[in-house]
Amino acid sequence: MSTKYILISIAVMAVVTYLIRMLPMAIFRKKITNVRIQSFLYYVPYAVLAAMTFPAIFSSTGSRNSAIAGCITAVLLAYFKKGLLTVAVGAAAAVFVVQMIGL
Amino acid sequence: MRKNEFVQGLKDGLPICLGYFSVSVAFGMTTVLAGMPLWAAVLISLTNLTSAGQFAGANLMLAGGNMMELGLTTLVINIRYFLMSLSVSQKVERKMSMKERLAVSFGITDEIFAVSMQHKGELSTPYMAGLIITPILGWTGGTLAGGAATSVMPEALSSALGIALYGMFIAVIVPPAREERSVLFTVILAILASLAFTYLPGLRNLGSGWSIIIITIAVSAVAAWLFPRKPEEVEGTE
Repeated sequence: MSTKYILISIAVMAVVTYLIRMLPMAIFRKKITNVRIQSFLYYVPYAVLAAMTFPAIFSSTGSRNSAIAGCITAVLLAYFKKGLLTVAVGAAAAVFVVQMIGL
Repeated sequence: MRKNEFVQGLKDGLPICLGYFSVSVAFGMTTVLAGMPLWAAVLISLTNLTSAGQFAGANLMLAGGNMMELGLTTLVINIRYFLMSLSVSQKVERKMSMKERLAVSFGITDEIFAVSMQHKGELSTPYMAGLIITPILGWTGGTLAGGAATSVMPEALSSALGIALYGMFIAVIVPPAREERSVLFTVILAILASLAFTYLPGLRNLGSGWSIIIITIAVSAVAAWLFPRKPEEVEGTE
């Protein structure tokens, strides 16, 4: 990655993100009352995170088996409502153990 | 009085700061391990101040995505801030100047939005400044700490940490999916669509940024159509 590519990429991300946050504060005073639009926006984070995680998670470590172990660990920890850091570290720990065993 | 409001904002923002620090440590570690220069990871956190948006953006950068993909992905993932900013705009003091509005809007995140909506009465500039400043420091500082820590990390450990980012995503989507059938539906449909875009001939030739955008819009639209939320449910979620 060239420095130029990095700087332009970050600028694009930062400007787009800022415009989304700034425009309503600067312009709009009315509230969105359309239930469909509100609902759509509510589901966006879950759809995007699920699509980004699967199946990419299974090729995120040194081996397929360790990634499966890490994924199952993460889902179980999250199911029991552990915090973000606990789930992330727990998944990594499971991957580490499986890789050490050499599966 | 105005000073007190700033201090109150600081107090309300500190728990967010601590939470952000721990998450951004993982962001710093994973992106630097994946090949991002440390300064770039820190600059992303400082200028973007988002979670999913910048994670996806950094992933795309590492994959060499073009500016169109990057801009559209950022737009689609972060468009929810539009609604939050809209709500905040109705709750700020009338006397807040345009300059102050432009500055405050930079700090509207899921968590800062949630806290400011719980705040009693109108939102003043000193309160919002206090609320936003420590989360920015926590988010940027955590990225720096996590990224810097990778240089002293053995290979086996860094390979295991490759899964950390996805672990965080799972931590965000699983608890609400367990509580709400509609979210579970959204998650499962998005996973199925993502599998299709990864493995099916034809679909898999699309850039990953585009498939994420298409999946997000299509799946969210289907979910909103099948499971519209009652107006009182939408307030204060996220």
